[in-house]
Amino acid sequence: MSDHLIFMMGKFEARIPTERLFAENHLWLKPAGDSYHVGFTAYSVRLLQDVYFLSWSIDPQTVVKHKQEIGEIESSKALSTLYAPSAGTILEFNEQLLHDPSAINTDPYESGWLYTFRPAPGTALLEPAAYVSLLDAGWEKTQRLIKGQMND
Amino acid sequence: MPKKITVVISQAQGKNPAKRHLEEELAATLLFDPDVDMSIVPHLYDLTADHTGMLFLKSVPGDMVICSWMFPRAARWVLDRNGVKGHEGVSLLKPAAADDEEEEEEPAPEPDRSNALGGLNLPKRRIYCLDLRDQSDAKVYLEEIQRIAKDCTVQTVDLQSWISGQPKGEQLQRYLNPPVNRLNQEPLPATPAAALLEEPTRRRWYPVIDYSRCTNCMECIDFCLFGVYGIDSVDRILVEQQDNCKKGCPACSRVCPENAIIFPEHKTAAIAGAEGGSVSGLKIDLSKLFGAPTALEMAVLERDTELVADGRDAVGATVGLPRRQTEKPRTHDKLDDLMDSLDNLSL
Repeated sequence: MSDHLIFMMGKFEARIPTERLFAENHLWLKPAGDSYHVGFTAYSVRLLQDVYFLSWSIDPQTVVKHKQEIGEIESSKALSTLYAPSAGTILEFNEQLLHDPSAINTDPYESGWLYTFRPAPGTALLEPAAYVSLLDAGWEKTQRLIKGQMND
Repeated sequence: MPKKITVVISQAQGKNPAKRHLEEELAATLLFDPDVDMSIVPHLYDLTADHTGMLFLKSVPGDMVICSWMFPRAARWVLDRNGVKGHEGVSLLKPAAADDEEEEEEPAPEPDRSNALGGLNLPKRRIYCLDLRDQSDAKVYLEEIQRIAKDCTVQTVDLQSWISGQPKGEQLQRYLNPPVNRLNQEPLPATPAAALLEEPTRRRWYPVIDYSRCTNCMECIDFCLFGVYGIDSVDRILVEQQDNCKKGCPACSRVCPENAIIFPEHKTAAIAGAEGGSVSGLKIDLSKLFGAPTALEMAVLERDTELVADGRDAVGATVGLPRRQTEKPRTHDKLDDLMDSLDNLSL
């Protein structure tokens, strides 16, 4: 079995690695000790394109609620507020990205990680296959969201 | 006798020196403008119905320019709620940032507002609302006020229809006993304007309904559990008990299907009364994709927070949720056709 799944975004192949877990808001979570490294999936990065600016509105070691606002990102194509993937604790941020966020584009699954996170007990995360089904189910809506806004 | 236009400067909350400076610059020039009656009132939104500043605004019979630190829509409907009514005067003033982008942006199609209530009993005069946050240069405002003043002297106020029609007692009083200042041809001395400020205001927080959007669907009155909303004598939705509202909570604005409920002090432009919906300009907002709670989820959370703070039980999504999804069956319309054709294009 290969070490990743592929989700087709039009002609673009978004690679979804199988050795980690995922959150519904298009983040990957990779075990690192008793917590997780968290980053954007190839799907997110493809939608964002070149990231210009990343900023966090909370401090490291902050206990967050599910969907709590934690920061902002600006890219060549988009602006977005960022939200906590689940209830838990955000332990530390990837300092490198605050100086130069380009690793989000060049190496989204490794050096482009965003922060380390300890989910609250009982948090359900998605297996790779489940995340790909989620992408499948949402793809039409996402295209609509993007096109709808571009036609504003 | 050339008709003077009334210009009212509504001061910012707090003591921001940059804002004070702009207010003072405007006031200093307008004070000596022979075509202008200038007055200063505290922040419009904070004025109670019986505040001297609001009583003054109610006494102004003709065209009026209001310069305030909020979106023009917010200012207009705050005044309307207080009985300071008039037709919307169109200002040519634009936010500084929008100036250079104007050419590229296609205006978003105007939503259909044919079901909206509209303003009630609007007298034949115009109220121009200028947003003092748009520009930092007083000159821009002064030029715009000059333009409006010129525009207004050409028009005539149709007094006859007031008198031969059915003037309210208040209007008749105003006609028979015009406020003293309006008889003076001399520029207003600084003291009466300053006198308005002596009565302190406190910060307020309450919803303001934009009746040019409101369809009287009553979802806000169903959703709010704090007794803010009521119905007026002609069955129109009304913000009845303004000060029952919970400071910081914009939940009813989020459930409003027409985006007609304004909280002028909210940090989100769309809730604070910005004209359009999107604030991000030409960029796509991916917040929904990255986990933004839906407007409804936010509204339910905000309401629960306030209920708990009041020592009441949180109700979650069990009370007063919008009925629009269940009651109105969706039919395939032109917008859907457009969406379908877009879907057939490749990204």
